[in-house]
Amino acid sequence: MLEPTREALYRLASLDPALWTVIGVSMQVSLAALAIATPFAVAGGYLLAMTRFPGRRLLVVLLQSLLSLPTVVIGLLLYLLLSRQGPLGAWQLLFTREAMAIGQVVIAFPIVCAFTLAAVQAADPRLHETARLLGASRLRAAFTLLREVRFALVAAILSGFGRVVSEVGCALMVGGNIAGHTRTIPTAIALETSKGAFTEGIALGIVLMGVALVVNVALAFSQGAGQGQGNDRGRSGPGAPGRTAGVP
Amino acid sequence: MYKVLRSSRAASAATDIVVRAVLGVVVVAAALGGLAAVPARAVAAELPAAERVIRLATTTSTENSGLLGWLLPPFEKARGYSVRVVSVGTGAALKLGANGDADLVLVHARAAEDRFVAAGHGIDRRDVMFNDFVLVGPKGDPAGLRKASGAAAALRTVAERQLRFVSRGDDSGTHHMELDLWKSAGGLPKWPGYLSAGRGMGEVLAMASELQAHALTDRGTWASMRSRLDLAVLSEGDPALANPYGVIAVNPARHPGINAKGARDLMDWLTSPEGQARIGTYRVGGETLFFPGVPKSVR
Repeated sequence: MLEPTREALYRLASLDPALWTVIGVSMQVSLAALAIATPFAVAGGYLLAMTRFPGRRLLVVLLQSLLSLPTVVIGLLLYLLLSRQGPLGAWQLLFTREAMAIGQVVIAFPIVCAFTLAAVQAADPRLHETARLLGASRLRAAFTLLREVRFALVAAILSGFGRVVSEVGCALMVGGNIAGHTRTIPTAIALETSKGAFTEGIALGIVLMGVALVVNVALAFSQGAGQGQGNDRGRSGPGAPGRTAGVP
Repeated sequence: MYKVLRSSRAASAATDIVVRAVLGVVVVAAALGGLAAVPARAVAAELPAAERVIRLATTTSTENSGLLGWLLPPFEKARGYSVRVVSVGTGAALKLGANGDADLVLVHARAAEDRFVAAGHGIDRRDVMFNDFVLVGPKGDPAGLRKASGAAAALRTVAERQLRFVSRGDDSGTHHMELDLWKSAGGLPKWPGYLSAGRGMGEVLAMASELQAHALTDRGTWASMRSRLDLAVLSEGDPALANPYGVIAVNPARHPGINAKGARDLMDWLTSPEGQARIGTYRVGGETLFFPGVPKSVR
């Protein structure tokens, strides 16, 4: 256990190109997926929280059940869609980074969307009303409110990132774990373990834990900052319109 | 009054169900326990509990092809052993043996097997059986591999024509065989169509079918998946494609806790006329997948 760990740290420090290619692919795919999913997910979560229409409750329940959809199921559905015999077979996307990114968009969307919904619902409803009364457009009022809950939004996006970067089922199925092309950190760990090459597995495990640590430290900081903001609001007293001072 | 009556009737019905369920579970458990106890006692008279279990580390091909399910039960029944099979890639199987997490290994990578014995991890390597590999690819045979002379020449053609080839890339016996073939083809050239998948045989065949790529596969996995794949055999029969399986006992001097006697008994049985005959009569879809003994090219 100790010997492979030391060897793993040495490989990481010596910038082993094969190891860093895997890390690069992982980051590239997950960040791209998150960049695509976030705007739609935040907009969706905001609209679900702020608007009332028939079937809204059903949609919220569906969104929340999507949170626990296994990634292998998403992988299977995407595989069937992108397969040569599938409806989107002509796109020839199976076993590419694009296919992995699409899968991760589907995985990240409900997480970011549901967290946004919760954050917006928890925000002071008078904020939006006040902004509108002061003459802000609907869009402007939305941005004001989202700005207010930005710490919760950061937490939502980081949660989404944590899920997709460590995801192995879908990436393995639609990516194919091709060396230097679609091999990500988690799929590489699965492979190295199956080969009995524990050193590489541990090295990649350290990277993944490092990423998780960075993400969580960032999360803790943003929440710490959010806490300060909460105290601030407490001091200015409930109902004080001070927090909306930024609205024109 | 009616309401009370109905609820009490419902309650008694619920109690009834619970009682019946509990009784059912008890009866089934007792029956299972009785069934299990009889053979367990019969065997326990012959062997101490710890020596009844044999841990066999082997490759996915022997397990996935269904061979072990055909081969092991007669041995277990006759000798009172219980064989626990861990099926992984050859590299991982040898690692399990080296760590003392298995009593014996059944693998197919001659060079790696010899290194395993030379390093003192295993003793008493014996030939058990062999099967063969085939090179598969798109049904249209775009590279004209059917006319190539031998497997190495066929692989070289795939590389020269820059066609797609999906490699196992997982340090398995099949991967070792592929690398040996590249060696005799004058080295593995780098080209973008060479995809190292790092996955099992079934996944690699599915990928090759999707991408209309070439792949090297053992005949067993190919036979079991053929109907679901859009691929055809393009090169076969080269003596270099023979795939011998060896069985090695883990060195009891290294790992005193292992079941050395059980390992030796299983090896004796696999190489006995009875075990060898059993291997030769295993068929999937009318096709023989494993041949007892050693292939001529390796002898």
